[in-house]
Amino acid sequence: MIRSGRTLTKSAGTASYRWLATAVLRAAAVILLVMTAVFFLIRIVPGDPAKMILGEYSTPEAIARMRHTLGLDLPLWEQFVRFVKTLFTQGDTGNSIIAGTSTRELIAERAPVTLLLIGMACIAAIVIALLLATLAATQKDKLLDHLIRIFPTVTLGMPIFWVGLLLILVFSVRLRWFPVGGIGEGWAGTLHSLALPAITVAFSQIPTLIRSLRVQMLEVLESDFVVTLKAAGIPGRVILFKHVVRNAALPTLMLLGVNISYLIGGTLVVEQVFGIKGIGSLLFTSISNRDFPVIQGIALYCAIGVVIVSLLIEILSWWLDPRTKGTS
Amino acid sequence: MKPITIDSPTPRNGKTGALSRLWRTPSLLAGSIMLAVLVLLAVLIPLISPYDPTKQDLSAFLQPPSAEHWLGTDQLGRDLFTRLIYAARTDLTIMVLAEIIPFCVGVFLGMIAGYYGKWLDTVISLITDTFIAFPFYLIVIIVAFASGAGQRGIYITFILVGWIVFARVTRGLTASFRRQEWVASARTLGLPGVRIMLRHILPNVLPQAIVVLMTDMVGLLVAIVTLGYLGIGITPPTPDWGTMIFDGQPFITTAWWLSAVPGFAVVYTGIALSLVGDGLADLWRKK
Repeated sequence: MIRSGRTLTKSAGTASYRWLATAVLRAAAVILLVMTAVFFLIRIVPGDPAKMILGEYSTPEAIARMRHTLGLDLPLWEQFVRFVKTLFTQGDTGNSIIAGTSTRELIAERAPVTLLLIGMACIAAIVIALLLATLAATQKDKLLDHLIRIFPTVTLGMPIFWVGLLLILVFSVRLRWFPVGGIGEGWAGTLHSLALPAITVAFSQIPTLIRSLRVQMLEVLESDFVVTLKAAGIPGRVILFKHVVRNAALPTLMLLGVNISYLIGGTLVVEQVFGIKGIGSLLFTSISNRDFPVIQGIALYCAIGVVIVSLLIEILSWWLDPRTKGTS
Repeated sequence: MKPITIDSPTPRNGKTGALSRLWRTPSLLAGSIMLAVLVLLAVLIPLISPYDPTKQDLSAFLQPPSAEHWLGTDQLGRDLFTRLIYAARTDLTIMVLAEIIPFCVGVFLGMIAGYYGKWLDTVISLITDTFIAFPFYLIVIIVAFASGAGQRGIYITFILVGWIVFARVTRGLTASFRRQEWVASARTLGLPGVRIMLRHILPNVLPQAIVVLMTDMVGLLVAIVTLGYLGIGITPPTPDWGTMIFDGQPFITTAWWLSAVPGFAVVYTGIALSLVGDGLADLWRKK
């Protein structure tokens, strides 16, 4: 945005608040669109949901009753009003057809383990990516650097569930370091049994992180202030950890935030491989039970989570870097 | 990047020019060879292998690799190598076909959003933001399930979500071209927007879109395989790398290669496609 010099300070201030307001409004608009999309999700599908729930050979009366329970016999706009109402009054997409309880409660029950897994995966991704990127950046153009740079090309085509299986084969079956699946007893047991799934989820994020981290680190390593520090006789290791790695940690976290959507998606799939009873397994049980309200609920909560995390990341980067204020 | 002019001087030996450019781009060459090998195998497999990919032979189940069965047999006595290559036929065909509509729709929407800007751009980017809010695998799983397992479900899923990547890339490029002189001068000449887009902008956004297409195909292949693994993609007995990995999972302690080998096939294809993508990017940047 180009502004005249005299009013720069003042208008930059207003512009930045305007930017913040626009970002929040935009996120709110996307959340509303997400809600609408979730509403239409089961309606764009070919076939009758009531028939899908009850099976091919159900009687017309039973189908009519199910359509009534789901509210599918109402006109579309009335269904939508109902859907939005439940959403805002109960924060819910209706009751589960199978369990009869509220979708929100079902999701809340399963959410902790999934969130813990995502958290652990973030930590694993940051640690591994920082380590490899540091190695690559400090050994620039040597063998190790080339190997680490090939890594993203090779891993791009690796199905995440297959990586999980290979890790199980090596670390659980052969080395017996980790359990093959399920969740252990107590805190220590839980963390221990989630370690391998977390590394699997992290694996899908590491290539992207390494790519951008390596470039960033090289920039810092070749920057004037590092050269000055070196000239001042400060040992390379201290410079590396105190300045280079620390500067790179926050951007890594933010890059993970940008990719939160992939992180969640990967977690849902990896839960299946390791037999973890989180949101992923709830999704698949609901799918095989044709439990539409629960499927909608999971889609809604995941998407809202993604929108909120993306907004927070946007605000964080705006707050950290004044140069971006007023633009974008 | 410069606009393509009508009377660009083409060398008389155009063919050898292209060939020598291919030689000077090692990643493109390597990727193309890797892909060619796979496609050739997939086409010729009925001549290479005496086995049927779906016929069970319970007297020969779970055999380790041998001269008759190059990669051994699975739990139903089917030759693993034969199934692996027939699965390449299934998965690669779907991969290519499922990209056609998303690619065209995405490039088209991205171009008009970037060219016309304003409210049209706002609407299109709000829609893409909404789609992006849903984790890719979540939406793929739900739509694939809802539209029924099998190939139809996969096509519907990718028509719904696949266009976004291309729309985003072309939108950004088109918007940046719009600000450049050659578009501005075409506009002052009074050329209609459609003509400017088709004749001048499209040839310049296509290379980038094709590079993105290569990476996107890797993601699509992985998604097809993942759906197969989860039991909502290609249905047995049609050979598919994902269902093969799933079928091998119970035997991971005794016959680990049943699950490992189909995965390596996916990785091989992924590497080949990324190399082609990187190579094309290099080639067009040099030009």
